[in-house]
Amino acid sequence: MFSKLVPIPSGAMIPDRDADKSPILECINLGVTFGGLKAVENFNLTIGRTEIAGLIGPNGAGKTTVFNLLTKVYQPTKGTILLDGKDTHGMNTIQVNRAGVARTFQNIRLFTNLSVEDNVKGGMNNAMHYNMWSGIFRLPGFWKEERVAHERAMELLSIFDMQDMASARAGSLPYGAQRRLEIVRALATNPGLLLLDEPAAGMNPSETAELMENIRKIRDTFQIAVLLIEHDMKLVMNICEGICVLNFGQIIAKGSPEDIQSNPTVIEAYLGKKKEA
Amino acid sequence: MATKLKRMASSTRSSFITYGMVIVAYAVMEALLSGGLLTSSLKGMLVPICAYVVMAVSLNLTVGIMGELSLGHAGFMSVGAFTAVIAAAALGSTVAGPVRLAASMAVGGVAAGLVSLIVVVPVLRLQGDYLAIVTLAFGEIIKNIINCVYVGLDGAGIHFGMKDAAALGLEADGKMLLQGPMGAVGIPKLSTLTAGFILMMLTLAVVLNFVHSRSGRAVMALRDNRIAAESVGISPTRYKMMAFVTSAVLAGLAGGLYAMNFSSILAKKFDFNTSILILVFVVLGGMGNIRGSIIAAAALTVLPELLRQFADYRMLVYAIVLILVMLFTNNPACKALFARFKFGSSARKEAV
Repeated sequence: MFSKLVPIPSGAMIPDRDADKSPILECINLGVTFGGLKAVENFNLTIGRTEIAGLIGPNGAGKTTVFNLLTKVYQPTKGTILLDGKDTHGMNTIQVNRAGVARTFQNIRLFTNLSVEDNVKGGMNNAMHYNMWSGIFRLPGFWKEERVAHERAMELLSIFDMQDMASARAGSLPYGAQRRLEIVRALATNPGLLLLDEPAAGMNPSETAELMENIRKIRDTFQIAVLLIEHDMKLVMNICEGICVLNFGQIIAKGSPEDIQSNPTVIEAYLGKKKEA
Repeated sequence: MATKLKRMASSTRSSFITYGMVIVAYAVMEALLSGGLLTSSLKGMLVPICAYVVMAVSLNLTVGIMGELSLGHAGFMSVGAFTAVIAAAALGSTVAGPVRLAASMAVGGVAAGLVSLIVVVPVLRLQGDYLAIVTLAFGEIIKNIINCVYVGLDGAGIHFGMKDAAALGLEADGKMLLQGPMGAVGIPKLSTLTAGFILMMLTLAVVLNFVHSRSGRAVMALRDNRIAAESVGISPTRYKMMAFVTSAVLAGLAGGLYAMNFSSILAKKFDFNTSILILVFVVLGGMGNIRGSIIAAAALTVLPELLRQFADYRMLVYAIVLILVMLFTNNPACKALFARFKFGSSARKEAV
């Protein structure tokens, strides 16, 4: 069995089936300060190999900042991030992606002028190996890898039934489809941990229900961990096995959906303090 | 599979139309030339048109595909032009014309590529307006350096100097190739329409294949959304460098072709105005639209010639035509009209 580099902080969320495997992600006392502002502080989180975990909290709690720390858009000023047991200290966004973290964005960031298929192939860039010359002179490597890439792109798009849109311009897709395409693009990088930033934002209830199913399906098919930020409590409570609640950059609660729903601190953070009678 | 065939077909079909257009234009020009139907001034413009087409297509790689405004493209052309001239002289007239031309153009291309490797260092650290200013400055630096360089050739080989012609200490049989502000003189006229055509086809193949490959996709991904591109592991430095250097090499080749169409050439020819002129071709033809760049470059190079009847008002009319074309092509109604004729656009309809 894998020996832990550090003890898992209290309130670890690893589900039973992942308990005997090393966690995919461990954050230890993670923190970042912007000027004097402590945007995230003492952030401890452990996520199992095939866990779906949720990160919730009121607006401005620092949820997206956590994602930006995990993907090294911001460099943490404190603490450690262990990906699959390896320290990501000094890595940049690109290296973290290669190490197995893929993400989507709160405000959709697609390659708007490229086709849907090319967006997915963009995600596969690092899985392809032919060089610029093979591309320019159309050497065998180009044809071989492009064919494989095309087939894989179609396969990935089929998760969301988007094969028919493959040649459409990504920017011209409806909002919901753009969100789904971002997930497909992230999956194309072959991650071990998928970070979804408000995947259900702007979706109607039936689309959200479908998304919920698909997130589970992705986890089951690819055997990866998913960490998601979401304001739709129905989605979070339904699919997350562990939930972490953030407020003012600090974790205020961690646990199963049931624990979180009845946690007085969480209720206070969301609804405010009950007035003393 | 069906969608694959359709998609492959639409992007390759579009490329083939572009190649076909250039081939037809070349065939027509050759026919007109052999029929003696071209005026001498138009005849003299054929090679420059080819060179400008290559310049426009290669700049489109930087501006349209990579999405970075470069105002120093003529600088690379200049490096290519003067290195090619020196290379052609060094090779001597014993080498057959086309081989001599190809070899010296290649030297020009390589030289431009090497210079771009120096420029690319600051360029990759900058974006947008700042990058534009740096490339502008680079173009001016190249122009001023070439204005000070003296190059001579004699039995002992090539001599370089920055002072004056006498300081080179050439042997009696030596001749000057580059005379500082007087420019390059005694250039062998090697460029032909056929050479221009081949270079255009080569440029198109390189640029179109680059765009429709992994590297081109990465460059366009970086253009559309740098943060997202990095999040899927695309390295900006690597791919932007590829696009920038490729663009510079092609500009160097075009420079070689251009220079060897004249018996003498000045560094002043490749100044800021030329960079802007090429940028106008790209903008008018449509950013990222390779076919548009070709048409715009050819049309705008011929236009001043066709406007000769306006005599003194020639450039005024030229400017007015330019403004009208820009207004026309940017009109939403006209754009919709163009889109209807665009191939493979059925799937690209904008959702409202």
